[in-house]
Amino acid sequence: MVESSLQTGYVKHAPGFVENEGPKLITSRFKHADSFTLDKYLSTGGYEGLKSSLNRSPGQVHDEVREASLLGRGGAGFPAGIKWGFPPEGVWPRYLVVNGDESEIGTYKDRLLMERDPHQLIEGVLIACYALGLSQAFLYVRGEMALAQERIALALDEAYEAGYIGKNILDTKFSVDVVMHWGAGAYIVGEETALIESLEGKRGMPRLKPPYFPAAIGLYGKPTIVNNVETLSNLPWILNNGASAYKGFGSESSPGTRMFAISGHVKRPGVYEVEHGVTTFRELFYGDNFCRGIRDDNELKMFIPGGGSAPWFFQEQLDLPLEASAVGAAGSMLGSGAMVVMDETTDAVKACLSVVRFFARESCGKCSPCREGTTWEEKILQRILDGDGRPSDIDLLLDIGDNISPGPYPAAAFSDEGLDAVPFPPSQTTICPLGPSSVAPIVSAIRRFRNEFDSLITRRDPIPLSLEVEKVVT
Amino acid sequence: MAFFNEENEEIANEIVGRYPVARSALIPLLHLAQEQEGWITKPAMEQIAELTDTTSVEVLGTGTFYEMFKFHPVGKYLIKVCTNISCQLLGADELFEHVKTALDVEEGSTTEDGLFTFEEAECVAACTEAPCFTVNYRYFHRATPELFDEVVVDLKAGESPLSKGCADDQGVMPKHGTLSRVRQQIPKTRSAGIKHPEEIKGPPSWIEEVV
Repeated sequence: MVESSLQTGYVKHAPGFVENEGPKLITSRFKHADSFTLDKYLSTGGYEGLKSSLNRSPGQVHDEVREASLLGRGGAGFPAGIKWGFPPEGVWPRYLVVNGDESEIGTYKDRLLMERDPHQLIEGVLIACYALGLSQAFLYVRGEMALAQERIALALDEAYEAGYIGKNILDTKFSVDVVMHWGAGAYIVGEETALIESLEGKRGMPRLKPPYFPAAIGLYGKPTIVNNVETLSNLPWILNNGASAYKGFGSESSPGTRMFAISGHVKRPGVYEVEHGVTTFRELFYGDNFCRGIRDDNELKMFIPGGGSAPWFFQEQLDLPLEASAVGAAGSMLGSGAMVVMDETTDAVKACLSVVRFFARESCGKCSPCREGTTWEEKILQRILDGDGRPSDIDLLLDIGDNISPGPYPAAAFSDEGLDAVPFPPSQTTICPLGPSSVAPIVSAIRRFRNEFDSLITRRDPIPLSLEVEKVVT
Repeated sequence: MAFFNEENEEIANEIVGRYPVARSALIPLLHLAQEQEGWITKPAMEQIAELTDTTSVEVLGTGTFYEMFKFHPVGKYLIKVCTNISCQLLGADELFEHVKTALDVEEGSTTEDGLFTFEEAECVAACTEAPCFTVNYRYFHRATPELFDEVVVDLKAGESPLSKGCADDQGVMPKHGTLSRVRQQIPKTRSAGIKHPEEIKGPPSWIEEVV
């Protein structure tokens, strides 16, 4: 374990978490070694948000969450309070499914929340069930996260025993069962309709849209709300302190705080709870309160601002605020709050291949453009790196991308070449965004570092197409 | 012939009982089978099919979608090295080569003594702690070749290397197949009652009474 002076604030029992200065709404307990126990939870204000909710009507609790404009933390950033209003009138039963299948490249926050503060998540689940009028919720934990499964199983047992879950919660009529479910290794299951398929005991392939939200037709064909772990972990604080206090943090359009995981070539990588919409990328990467600069004081070459699916940013985008609308207009997304920082020593083509290979392996195979396209992209990038690339390969890569995601693909502005930003999101010929995500590193890297691709391509095209065509014409 | 032993059969039935529709228990039961045998066998799939009201082909069809299920025997310890971008930036390729040489196996195969299976992992959500490898899905953060060698020494000696990994995860290193070392237990007296979705026609009765 690294114990250098750069690692001040590193909480050893909460690996990766850095206790920096600033409001702590959802990571406040991480500093305690026993933060995952019911005793610790209760002695630090635990289950007060649930009690406060039970003193109100479900509608009032829903109003409070809507008022707080709590944005979904899974990647899309959709307001939770609005999503909760989608189930059609009079259709029962309804279910809540918690998405704990965190597997996006660079993302590390839900695992910490599940391992370090499972009761906070459970309380959030109970508040949501109360507001939505549900009697069963499923907590889907990623298969590979053995410790998170352990902590959640123990916390659920404690909470059942103590009367916080089950029949007649806290001696009221409110009754709900919360069941832990766990996956078995498939990135695509993080997509909400694939998550539901998986929970039904099937292959985790996304469902055809519409309906766009499982809130209409979800688990067992019934209205289902799917919320991310971090989203639900915010609820106890909101119900305890009120929506207006929550809006006191962050910006108007993005209230509250968010957990950001910053990895790669920074001096103090870590998971930070950061005020939403206020802080800039520069502050986060270079600020003393956060990552403290690039390793060896190298130059920043590029960074991924919101998980492997996000188009890359560069030095010019450093002063953007961590706010969905600003980042979206600049050509990328904050997505899952995962940032990967790469310094000047990074090989752009290799980095591109690394991300593309992930999507090629994780494609579920349902849609042809993604199934065929992602593996083709991987093969081409591999042959370029192996020294077998052809001059036509760069156009071929962009063409495959255009078949998965037609039209101009979202990208950051590049003033040296006079290129404007293309705003997020990309279009898609596929059911879910996995295929289009594989195009992000390709378009980002080629647009910016075309010279790096060119310098690797030394071979000729097997058939010089243009010459042949000319001969036929004359 | 039944595949699950007596204890696990009881657990299997309990798991099925937690879901409104039996088929939802399919993935947890495949995990249970893997916990018992180390991999998924044909008799296991046949019994899971009976328990979840499906066919063994449907069990196979679902199971093969998920990377964690093994349909052939694997080592007692499954070693997975993450090679995604965050880990790669900080030395995952070197670690990967080291593991390959140290164990003297190709990626995807098992050592001759049946102790170790070596696989490449996709992003395991430990990106700030790169590079990272896992043994039976237990994390080893900020890994070096030396750390890996120490872990192998411990495992060969039958000792738990967990204290060298993530500071928060202690205790016994389970054999491949066991994920959580504890199981959720829903006491019958505490359950709100789980029903098939078709049996439910309206909102839960508590709504009327709390408002």
